[in-house]
Amino acid sequence: MAGTLVPSVSRDTGSLLARDRHTTMRQVQSAMVAGLIGLAAVIAVGVLWIILGYVIARGLPALNWDFFTKAPKPYGETGGGVAPAIVGSLYMLAVASIIAVPIGVGAAVYLSEFGRGRFATVVRVVVDLLAGLPSIVVGAFVWSLVVRRLVGHYSGIAGSVALAIIMIPITARTVEEILKLVPQALREASLALGVPLWRTVLFVVIPAARGGIITGIVLAMARAGGETAPLLLTTLGNMFFNFNLFQPMAALPLQIYTYASSPYEDWHTKAWGGSLILILLIGILNLVTRLATRGKQVR
Amino acid sequence: MVQQGEVVGAEALRRRQRDIGDPAFAGAVWITAAGAVLTLALLIALLLHDAWPAIRRYGFGFFVHSTWDPVFEQFGAASFIYGTIVTSLIALILAAPIGIAAALFIVEYAPRWLREPVAFSIEMLAAIPSIVYGLWGLFVLVPVMRNGVEPALQAVLGPIPVLNRLVAGPPIGLDLLTGGVILAIMILPTVMAVSREVILAVPDLQREGMFALGATKWEMIRYAVLPYARAGMIGAAMLGLARALGETMAVTLVVGNSTTQIRASLFTPGYTIASAIANQFTEADKAIYFSALMNLALVLLLVALLINLLARLLVFRFVRSPAGVRV
Repeated sequence: MAGTLVPSVSRDTGSLLARDRHTTMRQVQSAMVAGLIGLAAVIAVGVLWIILGYVIARGLPALNWDFFTKAPKPYGETGGGVAPAIVGSLYMLAVASIIAVPIGVGAAVYLSEFGRGRFATVVRVVVDLLAGLPSIVVGAFVWSLVVRRLVGHYSGIAGSVALAIIMIPITARTVEEILKLVPQALREASLALGVPLWRTVLFVVIPAARGGIITGIVLAMARAGGETAPLLLTTLGNMFFNFNLFQPMAALPLQIYTYASSPYEDWHTKAWGGSLILILLIGILNLVTRLATRGKQVR
Repeated sequence: MVQQGEVVGAEALRRRQRDIGDPAFAGAVWITAAGAVLTLALLIALLLHDAWPAIRRYGFGFFVHSTWDPVFEQFGAASFIYGTIVTSLIALILAAPIGIAAALFIVEYAPRWLREPVAFSIEMLAAIPSIVYGLWGLFVLVPVMRNGVEPALQAVLGPIPVLNRLVAGPPIGLDLLTGGVILAIMILPTVMAVSREVILAVPDLQREGMFALGATKWEMIRYAVLPYARAGMIGAAMLGLARALGETMAVTLVVGNSTTQIRASLFTPGYTIASAIANQFTEADKAIYFSALMNLALVLLLVALLINLLARLLVFRFVRSPAGVRV
């Protein structure tokens, strides 16, 4: 195998001039590939900035006081805002976190502190599979379980459950990684002092990994906050303020969808404005957690 | 190698059998872990249960027939399946080379100061919600496809006998091709991030060996990096594919949402499985209609599970014991 790998070097027995030309050709080829690879990177990065550029340029004109404080106007009227959608998104995200954080962190603690044997392998695979589920499938499941069987109609709580199912695997995976970074000596020191295992985990291991755990939770929230498809099947959306979890609730991504698929110019502008807010929120969350954890290992 | 944490945890647990705290704690975290497993089990069971009426009534014909007519209760998902496959393949063909090349750029070519910004930009691409891609696709990409790309493709491919069937019909922009392009952009970060991991896992000794033999940079990558990382890169592409198959909102906004028959042209407005569910779910007014949509969700679920399992197997096997050409 090794012989065939470097034909260009070993095969060439011609004159010095011919070999030089051959070497030059190889170098030209290498440079051309380098150019192509650079071009691919430019395309990949360029796409991001083009999309961000459009969202900022078209979204900024939509932002004003009303946009943040008023409810949407009836179909086809100009004016109004997306306040119920922002409130609804935050509300459902908070409830989703209440469901998802204990389960996600608990599963992570199980995997990192107790995880061995067949069941732990099953849990690991299941967490990975949950992370790979299409969000629309999660929506269909929650519709079937909560909307149809438990509550009986579209509701905010159904949306929260759907978002929670999306958050659980992300939380579990990141937190498990973080907990594994906590030095083993820390656990041993605590156990050697006669501290029971449960106190060791709760009061030594988890505090040591606090920063990373919060990062994992925030990233999961950022990811769930932008989800649209599962909400479409579970909360349906709402043009008005609603604080009742058992009624349909507005959500920012849903509002963007409604606005985008309408025929009105003013609503299109509002869709861009809503997207700008959504991206700003997610971008800030990503950036803050990235800066907070930069260069910092778990101690 | 003994996993230390497991031993310490287990032994402490054994020694403290009589202490109520430890078993209770272990039980509590076990229950949360079991909760995750139960969620997936319940999800599969419930979708299967809800899809059962449609499965029993339409059987295998559900996948073969392309007539989707809720009024006459004719449900055949062939054209949705076709739309899903076509858009995902377009996405894969566009995103896999660009994603792998971008990963190569970050690992092998970029100067140190450029690595972080490029990697961060592509990670941000992954953080953008799919509805924003959809909005951008609908108002920016669709006009570009309609007025620029698609007429150009027709001009180029038009005279070529077989290929011209791919670009037949009026270029309207809201079609399978645009759906594939928006999907390509969305799966780019997945392909890039996983490829980057596997390229980073290639030992530097491989690279140094090739350079020492007088290889150029490209020859080094071609003969030392790519064969070594091949399985992982295939896994990366498959994870991208899994994401493309299940992606909903962005595709729904640009794919045209039309239950037309299967045609060879990429300029045909169509549906993917996911966009059909999203678009029709709130319209479904009959039990059998719901059941047919649930059957679609079940298909999507099983395909996603299968591809994810396969991809993870490939990537993990690579990370654990890389099988490549050793120079």
